[in-house]
Amino acid sequence: MLETLSRWTLGEGPNAEYVVSSRVRLARNLKDYSFPHLLNREQAQEIIDEVQDITAQSFSTYQLREYDDLGLQVLIEKHLISLLLAEQKHNSALVIGDDDSASIMVNEEDHFRLQSIMPGLELRKGLYQVQHLDNLLEEHLEFAFSEQIGYLTACPTNVGTGLRASVMLHLPALVMTGQIGPVLSTLSKFGVVVRGLYGEGTEALGNLFQISNQITLGSEEEEIISNLELITNKIIEQEKLARKKLTHDALLRLEDRVGRALGTLTNARIINSAEAMKHLSDVRLGIDLGIISDIPAKAFNELLLLMQPAMLQALERKKLTAMERDIKRASVIREHLSKRMEGR
Amino acid sequence: MVCEQCQQRKATVHLTRIINGEKTESHLCEMCAAESGDMGWMMEPTFSIHSLLGGLLDVEQGTLKRKETRCSHCGQSYRDFTERGLFGCSSCYETFSSQIPPLLRRVQGTMEHRGKVPVRAEGMVKVKRQLEQLRRELEEAVINEEYELAAKLRDHLKTLEKQVEGEK
Repeated sequence: MLETLSRWTLGEGPNAEYVVSSRVRLARNLKDYSFPHLLNREQAQEIIDEVQDITAQSFSTYQLREYDDLGLQVLIEKHLISLLLAEQKHNSALVIGDDDSASIMVNEEDHFRLQSIMPGLELRKGLYQVQHLDNLLEEHLEFAFSEQIGYLTACPTNVGTGLRASVMLHLPALVMTGQIGPVLSTLSKFGVVVRGLYGEGTEALGNLFQISNQITLGSEEEEIISNLELITNKIIEQEKLARKKLTHDALLRLEDRVGRALGTLTNARIINSAEAMKHLSDVRLGIDLGIISDIPAKAFNELLLLMQPAMLQALERKKLTAMERDIKRASVIREHLSKRMEGR
Repeated sequence: MVCEQCQQRKATVHLTRIINGEKTESHLCEMCAAESGDMGWMMEPTFSIHSLLGGLLDVEQGTLKRKETRCSHCGQSYRDFTERGLFGCSSCYETFSSQIPPLLRRVQGTMEHRGKVPVRAEGMVKVKRQLEQLRRELEEAVINEEYELAAKLRDHLKTLEKQVEGEK
């Protein structure tokens, strides 16, 4: 589970030029247990054992206390677990299918966080996956549910459907043309939350943005998904227009920028993650616009994961200092790009 | 003090972490601190939405002045919720039912679930309604001194109650 790449790095799926991955999660709780932060070890284990039994046929259960810090970090970087789940490792577990796109975090903020991560814009498939998992658990467990306000959760911001859906978008052209600010601020009027990944406001690292639904109560699951999908498609439209404008008005500049980025990535010997993300974003744009033709798009997604600090250390099988990581990062990027360029 | 990562620059970021009672300290320069944070590039924000949320409700509702009611299942008070932003268990939603509507209107803008209903709850809702109906009929029968009918109703009620117990 630690050393393989996640499925969301495949770089395929609908609108993969703009949408890196889609995530859907449902929050569920058992009626008869206190919420996870109040559980003792035995109670927490009872819940883990129960869900392990129910899902044993097609899922594996991993007790997080069996992982060291580095292992947990890798799971975080792969988006399989949250920081909170890692911090509560003595009481928590990850239940995951053979194909790692569907999983359950057990004893996170809620007893169960059923989640799906898919490459591309695949919110509906994601919803289908988590609902299927929900139905399976529901056959055996009684969830905390109120007729009036729906599924009950530790934090009232998740009450109702318990559904949080999000897409990770790569929006380099909107950033380059300075339009990202107005686009994103308009979005907040439509019930979605936007976060630049890493960094504040419009200074998102790697031009990656995460957009998710704000409210979990009062709408049907399908409506929440449709709304997010609609908004995502609107943003994609704007990004497409901006890309067109860039290639039309400033092709040479763009080619220069992409070429420099690729030059840096294929030649650097020491590179920190901020710089790597910036150049990777340019290279990915170059691939999408046909400026670069000998690198497959998935190399970008794979490197997004491979260049993370814990992944680098897992590859090296030892703890690395910041400097050692920057060196390792540069070599991983060089090797991976040349491997992918040769079609391996 | 020199940064313990790069051993070159001056350490200006001092972090103390206490995880599960174990205290670790680290002293880093700004660059290494930023680097050490880079595992978190796609994670949840670092500020606690819960304490922020809890704090807001506290001021607005003046709950601290209220007499403390505690949830009979988990022992948490509404004050515990406002401090932590998390309820203790699902029964808290009943215990603090008077505070829930303004809370949900604030964070969700509505009070009405329109999404999925667990199949089990669907069934239970029906049985519960049936039970209520039977209890009313039984009461009526007793008042009207229709003891034969009352006995029948009582039997029916018992089987249903057993069924509900069995479901739990």
